Amino acid sequence: MNEIPTPASIGLSREDLPNSYIGRSVPRPSLPKLVQGRATYTDDVVLPRMLHAAFLRSPHAHARILAIRIEAALAVPGVVRVFTGADLAKVCDPWVAVLDHLKGMKSAPQHPLPLDRATWQGEAVVAVLADTRAAAEDGVAAIEVDWDPLPAQTDMETALDAGTVVIHPELGDNLVFTRTATKGDVDAAFAAAHKVVEATFVTGRHTGVTLEPRSIIADYNRADGMLTVHQATQAPHMMQNVFAKHLRLEESQVRVICKDVGGSFGIKVHVYPDEVAVAAMARVLGRPVKFIADRFESFASDIHARDHRIKARMAVNADGTIIGFDVDDLTGIGPYSVYPRTSAMEGNQVVNLVGGPYDFAHYRCTTRVVLQNKAPTCQYRAVGHPIATAVTEGLVEMAARELGMDALDLRRRNMIRDDAYPFTSPPGMRFEGLSHHASLDKLLEMVPVARIRADQAEQRAIGVHRGLGFAAFIELTNPSPFMYGIGGARISAQDGCTVRMDPDGSVVASSGVTEQGQGTEAILAQIVAHGVGVPVERVKIITGDTLNTPYGGGTWACRGAGIGGEAALQSALALKAQILEVAGAMLQAAPESLDIVMGHITDRASGAQRMSLHELGRIVYFRGDTLPRDLPRELVQTRHFITKEYPFAFTNGIQACWAEVDTDTGMVKLLEHWVVEDCGRVVNPLLVDEQVRGGVVQGLGGALYEHCVYDERGNLLTTTMADYLVPMSAEMPDIHVGHVETPTKESLLGAKGAGEAGTAGAPGALMNAINDALAPLGARVLEQPFTPARILAALGRI
Amino acid sequence: MMITLTVNGERVTRHVEPRRHLIDFLRLDLGLTGSHAGCEHGVCGACTVRVDGEIVRGCLVLAASLDGAEVTTIEGLTDSGEVADLQDQFVARNAAQCGFCTPGMVMAAADILAHHADADRAAIREHLAGNYCRCTGYQAIVEAVAATLSERAIHTSADAGRGDRTREARR
Repeated sequence: MNEIPTPASIGLSREDLPNSYIGRSVPRPSLPKLVQGRATYTDDVVLPRMLHAAFLRSPHAHARILAIRIEAALAVPGVVRVFTGADLAKVCDPWVAVLDHLKGMKSAPQHPLPLDRATWQGEAVVAVLADTRAAAEDGVAAIEVDWDPLPAQTDMETALDAGTVVIHPELGDNLVFTRTATKGDVDAAFAAAHKVVEATFVTGRHTGVTLEPRSIIADYNRADGMLTVHQATQAPHMMQNVFAKHLRLEESQVRVICKDVGGSFGIKVHVYPDEVAVAAMARVLGRPVKFIADRFESFASDIHARDHRIKARMAVNADGTIIGFDVDDLTGIGPYSVYPRTSAMEGNQVVNLVGGPYDFAHYRCTTRVVLQNKAPTCQYRAVGHPIATAVTEGLVEMAARELGMDALDLRRRNMIRDDAYPFTSPPGMRFEGLSHHASLDKLLEMVPVARIRADQAEQRAIGVHRGLGFAAFIELTNPSPFMYGIGGARISAQDGCTVRMDPDGSVVASSGVTEQGQGTEAILAQIVAHGVGVPVERVKIITGDTLNTPYGGGTWACRGAGIGGEAALQSALALKAQILEVAGAMLQAAPESLDIVMGHITDRASGAQRMSLHELGRIVYFRGDTLPRDLPRELVQTRHFITKEYPFAFTNGIQACWAEVDTDTGMVKLLEHWVVEDCGRVVNPLLVDEQVRGGVVQGLGGALYEHCVYDERGNLLTTTMADYLVPMSAEMPDIHVGHVETPTKESLLGAKGAGEAGTAGAPGALMNAINDALAPLGARVLEQPFTPARILAALGRI
Repeated sequence: MMITLTVNGERVTRHVEPRRHLIDFLRLDLGLTGSHAGCEHGVCGACTVRVDGEIVRGCLVLAASLDGAEVTTIEGLTDSGEVADLQDQFVARNAAQCGFCTPGMVMAAADILAHHADADRAAIREHLAGNYCRCTGYQAIVEAVAATLSERAIHTSADAGRGDRTREARR
């Protein structure tokens, strides 16, 4: 395992070894079209006879639908058809988003449009189809609905109380899922501990705000019975299954095409009722229907996330040894668990991940997942990680403060030793190999702690309050079927890649993983070029088409490089072996004496070029008569890959945040940020660094600004980008990124995931930085986002 | 109503509804899909285009108000070669990920190159603060703009002895 030759392993610089693309910062081949405005996002696709959908959305958090009057809408010029929930129920079966392995989980059946009751403000209730989006919106404005408003359940703290509104009476209560993980004897250990620190943390409900909104065009062709769906999605094969299953088609009748996608972050890996409605309407009408969410619709109907209240305690000995954690997590997920991944995963991840970097004996963590009349929540970048990390690292810095210890010393004392692997954590997570100590060492090479502390003291003397905060974390990547498959969901954990050589010696690879900006296609091209032995410019990548790619899971949970990348490498190596067999026959040489370097067959010993792939292609495709009769000459190979040893490939890292708090205004200024992460083999350092930076900023956004604010009646108050603030360039710091590489031994490539590390650690590091700044003033903040009002309140200023 | 205007150097005449905003006019009526509709209320900057030399939000300008105007989109800006060096820097530094903000970001950055040749990193961050990018965290974008400015400054001082400089393509 891991014997793939890299420049480093044979003592060359990365530039010295032709064809060695793994580990090299190759620019993404798809970037020129993006910077020139020549990409093709779903909204750029226009089909003949295409209709446009607009939805009437519930103005109430909870209301019975008494009557829907559509006559006036049908009279609007351009309006073609109006669909209600009852209309679509005739052609589309509802779904229930539960997974078998999440014991006791329950949720209610959900239709594309509700039949008689709306359960969150912004839920799509009636669909209007028209020649243009504008006409469809005019039609929506002309619909009259008689609503019977019902009391709304909006406070997760009271969701399980007697007498509360039960959102789906047939479920009996609002409890969707609960799980407790225990290890050791928490009560006895905490009673005997030298010190117990405790706090209640709150993470604010926020959302992905992909700049490209959710986008779909569904086109049903009655002649060939094919439903073709152009969709901005992370998981085309999953969506193929969903559309087929609920629209009563065979999977083979559904093709999902996903061209350029304008950001996803988990937002575009879920099944949205309005998008299923679009497919159902196209099926009924036999013509294409387009729906592009506008920004209001995005805020009101994209999945939200991170709506948690966490009561947590940590026990320590006098020497700083962590004895254990005792955590109670409560999360509100909206009125339905989201299909098919479910909305129980985030709470479940909190249970799995608290205390992650540390070796301790006693653990108890409970999550309770409850219903609310708010937009549904589900998996969003770094699912559960930023919550678990902020709780863990918040407690660690509190304990250090109380013990009078340096928080980094306390971490070092408790981090799992770098030579302790394999290691099973108290909640049962199995770690193949992590590098907490090496990562901390690397971070301290980057962060000038002494200089920062001196500056902090100097500034403090003149009334400027700066703080330095750290957060170590673990990250779950490369998921196996243990994530979804064992629960009964048809969500593939394996992925495939087909690599072929064309007559001109160029290579085409099609893969089941997908591209939404991470650079998936770029790393696949690098891996294939490396594996076959051609210049990376000679590789073309196909993703995002269920009819033309091997079956796979798509891109989510940081699986693109680790799973899709390994399938690409194995198929490329297989193609290389096949090419060499043909070349051996043509050159009268043993295949093992030959190599492929930069598109040429070479003599392995001397490096002399023997023949170009172009020439080999010419012979194979056009003069096959000259080759030995029984010589295999299929210049195409497919390999699939799935992890087998570990349910997940965990990664780790640590972040530091240096921030200034204005104690008069409550504003936080981000000064500088550092990250060290270990994602195993780095395929493209440039792309990994940029993934980490983007992830950090996304985490900082949730911790500082982003908040889906509801009033007590369930009205969403943040429906524009003027109300819901996102990080912009002027407020964001420079971010320094370093790496430690601990490749996974499960694959030849050795890659784990990198896309969520930044988001996992940033909120906790920032919280600790703010509280480091506030500590001498006797204040601290634990409720995200850390708004000026909350900081001033903590300071007793308001 | 009927409007006649110049878009990327070509004269176009179209009938537009009074409520049609510029970004829909460009995307839907002219098929110029390089500019994007991100928020449609003037915050995100994905629809940034140039009108009569100044960058504007395509979602806040009504097409009907543009009779006689000169509009440049990312397609036209690219074809002119004016920002080829900037676009190369974006590619080299991976300053675009999903790319949805990128055309608007390049339009805004072109404004810095054209009018604020001495902008430092803080000034670049300030100038781009009306363009939302969810993917990159902005640093690579700031560095791409800063690198382009410093490259141009070197060329400018080298050119100084040779007289006029133009803002034409300098690859």
